[in-house]
Amino acid sequence: MFYRENGQFKTSYQADQQIFPIMQDRWFIAALLLLAFVGVPFIASDYMFSAILIPFVIMAMAALGVNILVGYCGQISLGSGAFMAVGAYGAYNFFARIPGMPLIPTLILGGLCATVFGILFGLPSLRVRGLYLAVATLAAQFFADWMFLRIKWFTLDTPSGSVSVSNLQVFGMPIESDLSKYLFCLSLLCVVALLAKNLVRGAIGREWMAIRDMDVAAAVIGIRPMYAKLSAFAVSSFIIGMAGALWAFIYLGSWEPSAFSVDQSFRLLFMVIIGGMGSIMGGFLGAAFIVVLPIFLNQFLPVFAAWFGFVISTTVVSHAELMIFGALIVWFLIVEPHGLARLWAIGKQKMRVWPFPY
Amino acid sequence: MGFFLETLLGGLMAGMLYSLVALGFVLIFKASGVFNFAQGAMVLFAALAMARFSEWLNASGLGNLWLVNLIAFAMAAGVMFCVAWVIERLVLRQLVNQEGTTLLMATLGITYFLEGLGQSLFGSDIYKIDIGMPKEPVMAFESTFPGGILINQEDLIAALIAACLVALLSLFFQKTSTGRALRAVADDHQAAQSIGIPLNRIWVIVWCVAGVVALVAGMIWGSKLGVQFSLATVALRALPVVILGGLTSVPGAIIGGLIIGVGEKLSEVYLGPYVGGGIEIWFAYVLALLFLLVRPQGLFGEKIIDRV
Repeated sequence: MFYRENGQFKTSYQADQQIFPIMQDRWFIAALLLLAFVGVPFIASDYMFSAILIPFVIMAMAALGVNILVGYCGQISLGSGAFMAVGAYGAYNFFARIPGMPLIPTLILGGLCATVFGILFGLPSLRVRGLYLAVATLAAQFFADWMFLRIKWFTLDTPSGSVSVSNLQVFGMPIESDLSKYLFCLSLLCVVALLAKNLVRGAIGREWMAIRDMDVAAAVIGIRPMYAKLSAFAVSSFIIGMAGALWAFIYLGSWEPSAFSVDQSFRLLFMVIIGGMGSIMGGFLGAAFIVVLPIFLNQFLPVFAAWFGFVISTTVVSHAELMIFGALIVWFLIVEPHGLARLWAIGKQKMRVWPFPY
Repeated sequence: MGFFLETLLGGLMAGMLYSLVALGFVLIFKASGVFNFAQGAMVLFAALAMARFSEWLNASGLGNLWLVNLIAFAMAAGVMFCVAWVIERLVLRQLVNQEGTTLLMATLGITYFLEGLGQSLFGSDIYKIDIGMPKEPVMAFESTFPGGILINQEDLIAALIAACLVALLSLFFQKTSTGRALRAVADDHQAAQSIGIPLNRIWVIVWCVAGVVALVAGMIWGSKLGVQFSLATVALRALPVVILGGLTSVPGAIIGGLIIGVGEKLSEVYLGPYVGGGIEIWFAYVLALLFLLVRPQGLFGEKIIDRV
């Protein structure tokens, strides 16, 4: 009823192969983009920008990258934090060592560093798979943790690997205010999301999905597992590396290796699983959920407690936060193992057939 | 030569402790196909419970060290049984037949939950467990080598306890009927169910056993390092042990632990100074990775056969 594609006939191959073949989807996306680029800057406060919107946009990009590897190619990775770290420190090295280096090429070079690192640590995926691979990717995580802490060359000899950047600008415009940071990250996210969407619905994306569904069968019908797996690692770590560079440059400003610890890897994997594996939409939903949830709990737990006459200290809040976070994840997996993207799809289907049940 | 042997022995003993944590992983994976990331959190939870119970017993006037530890151990084991039962009831039973990744994520959720619960129930300071282990190192083989070898008595006892636990576990698995049922479930879920083995009860038992293993590991690590949050990260140190030994093999966990322990110590001593030190953590993973490249299922894991 609300969501009917009746009467929308496709008369050319081009129309049939659009990203959003249905008119309602096109309108929805256009409205969403308008809201994100024009509406949000008017209504959001500084706190909204720095605590929620900027982290969400950057994390959504990282989740997109993880989703390509985990959701589309089926290679579980617990080393995403390491790819972010390599992207961040790689970009930092280009930025600090080459005077006058513009920001966007810096970010891309950071992503390329992460690509090389990703391919290197993706090599075991040719031999091992599943849970063994998940643990094997932890090697990348711990190696990166160690590398940026101990090898001083990467951090320009700063103590404990903490570095900082300043004076960021794009095409002569300074990226200093929260609004400009947000718009910059959002534009990059849109470009990356468009590229990712087109990749996964093209030939290479189909190869990834074939490998995910059954790699032996995929090899039998002529898909090269090595090429498909390593290209997934390359694309995914490029996107994650760029997100890492953004996270460090734009969001943190000054950072140390512990900003990209194994916790970050777990969080990224959570985003993908909760958002929905194998869906670009899922990355966004998962990132929103994981970014907003801790802030929500942090703000509202003391309020809830006050209703019942308790005063709780910050340590209790942080422990309760851990517990609720863990419990929610388990609950989510039990109720909807296919993630938020699946809920979205179900909702769409319901709108389509309303008022009939099916 | 003496120094080399000393490092080697230190590595072996550290490896014994790793294999203790790794055992918990293997037990659960064998019986239910769940890769239990929460093992580290269980170690922390169990150690916290034991530390607080023994503190409380001490305060209530029980003088005898052995008695205090025994009662505290029993109480902590009781707590771990409850945890196992609740996890089976509320999580595993709901997730039967889901994919391995989903189960892995669920145990990650449990990890967060247990870390939060343990610290809000038992407090988040550093506690100590005193099980009366002698701290002074002793000299051995003084007649064979000039200067002899320095051995940490604490490590020696810890290794002994670990060895006893492993022997007990293998007795339990080989000789009791419950153990036989556990092995049957590990071999084939459906076949086991069809001859009347109750899967749910088996899972509770396996998580209980893993809980007790976590308690022993937590007790030993706790008395060495103090009971604190970093105990939960012990699991991350034990992961390469599991994949090196193979996810489905108890002897694999032991031998893998020894290999990783020795490899870590030797690399730190002989390789570390050239690259800036602190390589222990990733070296274990890289070592495990290299083994995996030769044998993808780990040293003793079941051979993975692909069928289309």
